Amino acid sequence: MKPQQHNQSKTGAARRQFFSFVKKELLHIWRDKRTLFILLGMPVVQIIIFGFALTNEVKNSKIAVLDQSKDAATSSLIAELNASRYFDVEENLTSYKEIEAAFKKGKIKLAVVLPSQFSEDLKHTNKASVQLIADASDPNVANTLTNYATAVVMDYQDRVTNKQRLPYSIQVETRMLYNPQLKGAYNFVPGVMAMVLLLVCTMMTAITIVREKEMGTMEIMLVSPMRPQMVVIAKAVPYFLLSSINIASILLLSVFALEVPINGSLVLLIAESLLFTLVSLSLGLLISSAAGSQQVAMFISLVALFLPTVMLSGFMFPIENMPFPLRMVSNIVPAKWFYIIVRSVMIKGVGLAAVWKETLILTGMLLFLLTVAIKRFKIRLQ
Amino acid sequence: MLNEKIITVDHLTKRFAAFTAVDAITFDVYKGEIFGFLGANGAGKTTAMRMLCGLSMPTSGKATVAGFDVYTQNEQIKKNIGYMSQKFSLYEDLTVKENMQLYGGIYGKSNQFIKDKTAFILEQLHLKDEANKLVGSLPLGWKQKLAFSVAIFHEPEIVFLDEPTGGVDPVTRREFWMMIYEAAANGITIFVTTHYMDEAEYCNRVSIMVDGKVEALDTPAMLKQQYQSPTMDDVFLKLARKATRSGD
Repeated sequence: MKPQQHNQSKTGAARRQFFSFVKKELLHIWRDKRTLFILLGMPVVQIIIFGFALTNEVKNSKIAVLDQSKDAATSSLIAELNASRYFDVEENLTSYKEIEAAFKKGKIKLAVVLPSQFSEDLKHTNKASVQLIADASDPNVANTLTNYATAVVMDYQDRVTNKQRLPYSIQVETRMLYNPQLKGAYNFVPGVMAMVLLLVCTMMTAITIVREKEMGTMEIMLVSPMRPQMVVIAKAVPYFLLSSINIASILLLSVFALEVPINGSLVLLIAESLLFTLVSLSLGLLISSAAGSQQVAMFISLVALFLPTVMLSGFMFPIENMPFPLRMVSNIVPAKWFYIIVRSVMIKGVGLAAVWKETLILTGMLLFLLTVAIKRFKIRLQ
Repeated sequence: MLNEKIITVDHLTKRFAAFTAVDAITFDVYKGEIFGFLGANGAGKTTAMRMLCGLSMPTSGKATVAGFDVYTQNEQIKKNIGYMSQKFSLYEDLTVKENMQLYGGIYGKSNQFIKDKTAFILEQLHLKDEANKLVGSLPLGWKQKLAFSVAIFHEPEIVFLDEPTGGVDPVTRREFWMMIYEAAANGITIFVTTHYMDEAEYCNRVSIMVDGKVEALDTPAMLKQQYQSPTMDDVFLKLARKATRSGD
């Protein structure tokens, strides 16, 4: 029974080593209140900024109306525009000349012109026209506004024609699946998750390891009987915990503050997020083995990781529209796959069967990065 | 002094590509002695020391530390040695007590051992009132003494000190050496590198490395006699002047 006893005391010692080290890492984070505050506050601030300030939805845009007909039909159409949450009728114009002046003042983004025979045309020929004039100095906004305005007019038309019961008419019915209100939050919640996890895990792990190299304390750890792999893992544990808190706060905020539903399995969503967290941690380890100083570690994390994540994950710019080389590059950005997974699970509500490919890619990336990182960490000791 | 060898080094060599950092050095260190390991910058001291600590694999030659082979048993070596580097090596954002708990923990010591030893060291260094203060708030001299206590916290057989007194005032250096003597008297072997030649005088035996080779090894008194020099400083200069390598 002696060898077994020896083994037991050996694993006991290893466990003590590990937990002493993790405790020390937690103390580092706890003592540095400012960083802790940033790490935990960042996702909250980002969700708030993206959710309420930086949105590509257009709400309450000011418009001008030139009503040359001034009858029941036109005023009810104008009332409908005004009532929609996209538009506020700011000015009632009386002539074409005033349109340009109104745009130049910069007050309005869109002008709606209703011709003088609007009601007659609608009644007798079933063909009335509305003119939309948009300020295209910001083409995206102009596009969105004309689409919204068209939709409001169509709505109105539907109701009028329904009353009349025409024998036949062609109607185009568009349904926006999964996100019927075209809410921007559906798009950026997965994006913010990818960004925050990457920033916290990758940058902080890289910095904390490089800091020990700079301070000379890493050498002490390497002279100790603690295995290098154990040092690396123990360093990652606290950031894994922090990320779990961040995942929870992002999901809670998006469900309760932004009203983005979690349509798929919550367990799957959390499991995938933890997988991505591990990928980010391995990236941090890899960076730490390449960087000689904390500044370099931070620089690599920001330039080599954060920018591609924002640009090439599909979160800001659609990947489908990118030129071929960039589309290829986007494949090695882990956030791209994570972004697809979160969108699919959270918004579309699909299961693992639909995202197994992306999951497999992330798992492959994790194994590759971790192997290289630990190998490089060991080589450095020689 | 017991004549038991605790470190044996036999033609130990380390090459980095074409550069031979450590060139077939041979020496023994005896249990309980204070062994001074001297040499100009770039002479190969640090590389030799790293090999003995199990941080770096030798290219050729033999060496044992505390009876364990540096090629195959560096796990056991690590358990039996302490190390203190020229860079200050405690965590400044942890308290005195937390630092000791950490080092006790990573050497796998039991909670009881850590508790007793912590109390003992705090008593010895008169740091009881500072136990829960952050190390960063202590004066440099105290930190240095504390770092030494932490390096021998797990009661190793040998402690390697890499320029431990850099940047410390003469009074603290003296106090520091008192601690080294005390540790040696308790049977811990001291392997120390230094640039201060007055400290070399405190050592039982001194080796001087020049260009990767051990050029001289004896007691300070014998070395002074051999090189007909009044001080160790003079001995060192006579030897170091022969160096062809430039320092780093």
